[in-house]
Amino acid sequence: MKPQAFAYERAESVDQAVAALVEHGDEAKVLAGGQSLLPMMNFRLARPEVLIDIGGISDLRGWSLSQDTVTIRSLTRHCDIQNSDVPGPLGALLRYAAGLVGHLPIRIRGTFGGSLAHSDPSSEWCMMATLLDARMHVMGPSGARVIDARDFFLTVFTPAIEFDEVLTHIELPALGSNYRVNLKEFARRAGDFAIVAVMSAIEVRDNVITDARLCAGGVSDRALRLVQAEAALIGQAPTPETFAQAASLASQEVDPNGDLHGSKEFRQDLVKALTKRSLAGSLT
Amino acid sequence: MIGDSIARLEDRPLLTGRAIFVADISLPGQLSMRVLRSPIASGEITSIDTTAARAMDGVVAVWTGRDLDLPPIAFRQVSFEQMLPYRQPVLAKDRVRYVGEPIAIIVAENAYIAEDAEELISVDIDPLEPTMDATGQLGEFAPGLDTEALQFEFEYGALDEAFVQHTRHVEVKVRIGRHSGVPMECRGGVADFNPGTGVLTVYGAAKVPHYNRDAIASMLGMSPSRVIFKEQHVGGGFGIRGELYPEDVLLAWASRELGRPISWIEDRREHLVAANHSRDQFHILKAAVDDSGYIHGLADEFWLDQGAYVRTHAATVPTLTATMLPGPYVIPAYRVRGHVRLTNKTPAGTYRAPGRYEGTFARERLIDAIAQELDLDPMDVRERNFIRSEQMPFSRPLEALGTAIEYDSGDYSLLVKRAEDQWKLSEVEREVAERRSRGELVGIGRAFFVEKSGLGPFEGVRVTVDESGRIDVLTGGASVGQGFSTVMAQICGDVLSVDPSLIDVRHGQTDAFPYGMGAFASRLTVMAGTAVHQAATLVKEKAFTTVASMLEASVNDLELVNGAVQVKGSPDTAIDLGRVATALRPVTARKLGLEPGLGAEDWFFSDHMNYPYGYHIALVSIDPELGSPKVERYWIAYDIGKAVNPMLVEGQIVGGAAQGLGGALLESFEYDEHGQPLCTTFMDYMLPTVAEMPPVEVLITEDAPSPLNPLGLKGAGEGGTTAFGAAIASAVDAAIPGTRVSSLPISPEQVRGMLALMEKRNADIGGHG
Repeated sequence: MKPQAFAYERAESVDQAVAALVEHGDEAKVLAGGQSLLPMMNFRLARPEVLIDIGGISDLRGWSLSQDTVTIRSLTRHCDIQNSDVPGPLGALLRYAAGLVGHLPIRIRGTFGGSLAHSDPSSEWCMMATLLDARMHVMGPSGARVIDARDFFLTVFTPAIEFDEVLTHIELPALGSNYRVNLKEFARRAGDFAIVAVMSAIEVRDNVITDARLCAGGVSDRALRLVQAEAALIGQAPTPETFAQAASLASQEVDPNGDLHGSKEFRQDLVKALTKRSLAGSLT
Repeated sequence: MIGDSIARLEDRPLLTGRAIFVADISLPGQLSMRVLRSPIASGEITSIDTTAARAMDGVVAVWTGRDLDLPPIAFRQVSFEQMLPYRQPVLAKDRVRYVGEPIAIIVAENAYIAEDAEELISVDIDPLEPTMDATGQLGEFAPGLDTEALQFEFEYGALDEAFVQHTRHVEVKVRIGRHSGVPMECRGGVADFNPGTGVLTVYGAAKVPHYNRDAIASMLGMSPSRVIFKEQHVGGGFGIRGELYPEDVLLAWASRELGRPISWIEDRREHLVAANHSRDQFHILKAAVDDSGYIHGLADEFWLDQGAYVRTHAATVPTLTATMLPGPYVIPAYRVRGHVRLTNKTPAGTYRAPGRYEGTFARERLIDAIAQELDLDPMDVRERNFIRSEQMPFSRPLEALGTAIEYDSGDYSLLVKRAEDQWKLSEVEREVAERRSRGELVGIGRAFFVEKSGLGPFEGVRVTVDESGRIDVLTGGASVGQGFSTVMAQICGDVLSVDPSLIDVRHGQTDAFPYGMGAFASRLTVMAGTAVHQAATLVKEKAFTTVASMLEASVNDLELVNGAVQVKGSPDTAIDLGRVATALRPVTARKLGLEPGLGAEDWFFSDHMNYPYGYHIALVSIDPELGSPKVERYWIAYDIGKAVNPMLVEGQIVGGAAQGLGGALLESFEYDEHGQPLCTTFMDYMLPTVAEMPPVEVLITEDAPSPLNPLGLKGAGEGGTTAFGAAIASAVDAAIPGTRVSSLPISPEQVRGMLALMEKRNADIGGHG
């Protein structure tokens, strides 16, 4: 569990990082918090020849609010988010989800952008980006571009970032006060990646659900929106019966693979139970 | 002082980062060893090409099985002749039998180069069909050898008659998963052969340094006195760490070949496929009972998945399983047949409470089944079958670890009563019943067990007082982090009325003390502790003799107060032990007609183990949708005769409980059908974390001191683990009425199956009602 030899370069700016990536091509990897990349290197599952450390680029850390958008810069640590004062339902969801990311040492070093760029289908941030249709801003040699969440996660560990691009910041919609949010995870141990997780955001006006967003982790090669369940919620009153019906649809629209940690049927049942609980939990 | 919960003497260096572990050792010119391991579960090695690896810069040597001629590692205990052909070669030659089996070693300037070079070795293996089931058809291990390394049968009493006479027969089939001790510190060693002196020094020894010294000397054809094992701080043992493994032999051999120090530090991925696995048994138990639940006869047949080879423990686990299985119950007739089966998994050995975790789960499942089928309270069934205190010492005509099984002391009913009273469990039962009536799935489970400890045959100790009054306690014992030094210092300090902080305990240094049996089987507090007690008593006697000469007083008029000898009631006559030591310098000692030095050596011998016993109670609730069992509360009562340091005993019990919980709910080494291990990281091999641990309430009792040693000591290392699986299973049964747990670990999917069964039954009852 020793990594293969690699060169290390420290970028002082995003432009420098991009220049280094252009120079080294796809033999290079961007190092952010190192909480996924370094273990993969120790297992020799990743063998970059050059690590470009962007950890010192201070203007990639922190968040800001403008009108109806919250922008989180990519090097913002999980613990920063856990301790942030982002307002409204989005802030509550961010803080709660951050607390479920790994263990404290991971939250201290690991970054928001690093987690998205790693693209684990059970990751809290990948689920949230998918749930809220986040906009991912990347910088490359020919300038900046934006990738919508639905186009960002190609498959397991594979984001739509080119080898010479750096993820710089992520835009999330600042959810209005009518939104109700929740996250429910099932794992056998605290701190583990969830076997199945369901994140929800519903907008309720005059006791009618006017927007419904549901996202499941651990059931596909990427975090998955539960579109049929969402459709079944809109226009309904937020009652246990409505939620139960949506939960049944949710479990039917996923087609997970079974593995050591849970069979297909178990994961489907978990989607059902967690969807119901997440929706119910969002109201409390 | 004995009986006080003093802080551990070991803690200061550990907490201030001053403790030396084997990976901290760096000798001039030290090289690193890496082991190339089989990626295939079963196959024939057709070729190995090491050319590129050898040519790499920084690589000093590469060896394969064809390059060395070393015998397989000998059995350390419970050896059976017929198991010998199943021992593991230190490097595979033609055949590989599990993923992780050593095929070649690389010695290089550092660990990074060694791991790079490992990738340059090309190995061709023709895969064979692996055997992954220890209960199926026998296969071929090697020409003329099938996959059953050992089958044995032990029996006493008139079993067949019991089954004829008592026609109520209860049967259970139970499985215990494959899990093991996973110490925080992986294995490792530094071997340093000095061509100038001809001495081989091995750092990183653990558990059984003296035995391993002799074994290495024998395998390398060296004199035992030319081989020195040195123990450092050790980050956990649990039975698996410190046994002699192929890597230890290869390391010593390579150092002698090269005449240079070599370090091998195991990484976690290696550890999970290379260090001993454990448990993994399947039992079929049958009991002939009467209407009161009394067991007149018990028959057990079990299969143990030994993995790919038989290692140092030989038949330790299966024989302990077999002979300790009857536990706290009389069981007048018993027959057990054990099968030790070879598969293509990592080889297995002992792990904390070896054989008893498995046997207790099997037996207590049976007790619960008897209660269920006869509609009795399971605790009544236990009481009905308990060996009574007036039956002690109780002989069972079986042997364990070469000693006759004779329970030395115990009052099992009393322990149950004490626990129930202490924790007001009847009130807890009422609360649980109330929750159940509200529809919650929650239950309480109980299990009782007998442990064993204090295995002999000997330990020796030398106690020496220096001229400042500091005391050196030199032992043949070993420490794997269990608080050995603190306990020895407390016993010594108790005899000599000296504060333990003034006592230094040495252990695991084979050149300093020539004999020692090691740290296993919960034996050292009993064996080394008693030896310390005896040697310190001799020191006290010598101090009295010396002071009697100095003061021209009678020995009978002297007393020892605060580390000083004085005439009884006369503090102004006090001579502290340092001054007594000074008076015993060679020349003055000679004038006093005494041997020089204030010190003494003594030995404690024992032919019998002693038998602590305990009671576990679990409160478990089940999430009906997710299937996840949650251990809400846990209680452990344990009688160990005499607790030298109750805080350390409690630490042992709670730490052991965490490992019991792992085996009950989380930990399992799983394989796919090709024999590929699926649990090679901590993401997939799920050790419990602090978040999964319930609060554990501990009751330590001293109602049954051992008559086999003067302090009444019994060992405390394993009882926190032993009945955990049994108690959890019982609680899950209680939470999901009408179902019965039959295998560990209890996964959420297993619970969901039980819930489905319960619902079906409820529906059936409803439908027919």
